[in-house]
Amino acid sequence: MNLLLIAVGAALVNNVVLSQFLGLCPFIGVSKKVDTAAGMGGAVIFVITIASVVTSLIYTFVLEKLDITYLQTIVFILVIAALVQFVEMFLKKTMPSLYQALGVYLPLITTNCAVLGVALINVQKSYGFLSSVINGFGTAVGFTISIVIMAGIREKIEYNDIPESFKGTPIVLVTAGLMAMAFFGFSGLIK
Amino acid sequence: MSKAIERLKCGIITENPTFVQMLGMCPTMAVTTSAVNGIGMGLTTTVILILSNMMISALRKVIPDKVRIPAYIVIVASFVTIVQFLLQGFVPSLYDSLGIYIPLIVVNCIILGRAESYASKNNVWLSMFDGIGMGLGFTIGLTFIGIFRELFGNGTIFGFQIMPSQYEPVTILILAPGAFFVLACLIAIQNKVRLNKAKKEGVTVSCEKENGCAGCTNTLCGGRQLAEQNSEKK
Repeated sequence: MNLLLIAVGAALVNNVVLSQFLGLCPFIGVSKKVDTAAGMGGAVIFVITIASVVTSLIYTFVLEKLDITYLQTIVFILVIAALVQFVEMFLKKTMPSLYQALGVYLPLITTNCAVLGVALINVQKSYGFLSSVINGFGTAVGFTISIVIMAGIREKIEYNDIPESFKGTPIVLVTAGLMAMAFFGFSGLIK
Repeated sequence: MSKAIERLKCGIITENPTFVQMLGMCPTMAVTTSAVNGIGMGLTTTVILILSNMMISALRKVIPDKVRIPAYIVIVASFVTIVQFLLQGFVPSLYDSLGIYIPLIVVNCIILGRAESYASKNNVWLSMFDGIGMGLGFTIGLTFIGIFRELFGNGTIFGFQIMPSQYEPVTILILAPGAFFVLACLIAIQNKVRLNKAKKEGVTVSCEKENGCAGCTNTLCGGRQLAEQNSEKK
């Protein structure tokens, strides 16, 4: 039950894009079409979940054991950068079809602050292994939900008559603001 | 010396990271709920930017080209860790209110962007001024947005009551949606200025293209790489 609360909280209540402002670059850059947005979402779910597993293990069994938790920022960012490279190579070799679908999005994720953000939040809230993985997965699902909804809205916005200076990024941000207001509705779910 | 002053002007006015280049949007939106947070985040980033620019510039002939990006990340992350502990020790209130966004300075596009586009090619002295200029430009941007949001969202500036007591604060401005709206208006104003300028010179500019990832000056960001890949395919 507790794990379910963590998952719902991470996905809907504290949505990573709309309430914590992490991962905004891909949210704006890759949300023009629904299928690319879904591809990006899939890649993010994949990477964040694996990153939560790895960083949580490293934190418990290396950093805490050696009493060097103050190195967490450096260690996490290096682990994540290496991990994304590794996942890319691994997918290319073993699962070419999945690589075809997710490959182009993987380099985008290295610079995505959401991945580092989730690893740091897991430590900050002192989540155990299972809670960390669930929190990572929930956060990534929240990212996917918001980017897919945004892409769907943007496909419709194309046909609207928008003032010249609001075309492009500004109208996307206004839409995101309205979505953020809608997502406030979820805050009653968890006390 | 004149070159150093030019770097300052460049960072604060002509290439202002917040208002002109639109870099580092995540911290810009997340911490500008009040003017104090804005200035705190801006100055923290400035210190890290100056230190990392100087270090990267000093090591620019030692770092092999192939591993430069991991090397930059390690340098930046070390400085971020040091600054994080200094803040925790000496300014705990700021440390608490900025929270997770302090370690996230590591992935701030401004810092890696300056390392790649300036510090790795210029000497320590000029890189330091580049860091000061860009950092102050970022600080000014964050402070202004913070003042605006705090004034209309809470009726105060730096915690002092400014608006008359009859004023009903627009609370939405200091909540998450307000950040999106303020930033949207900011970019729209910037577009308007550019469109007017283009009209005077008789050239047509499309807003959408320049705001996309391809128009961004940060060569390190993945979004730009993807945009370049897509344009090559076409």
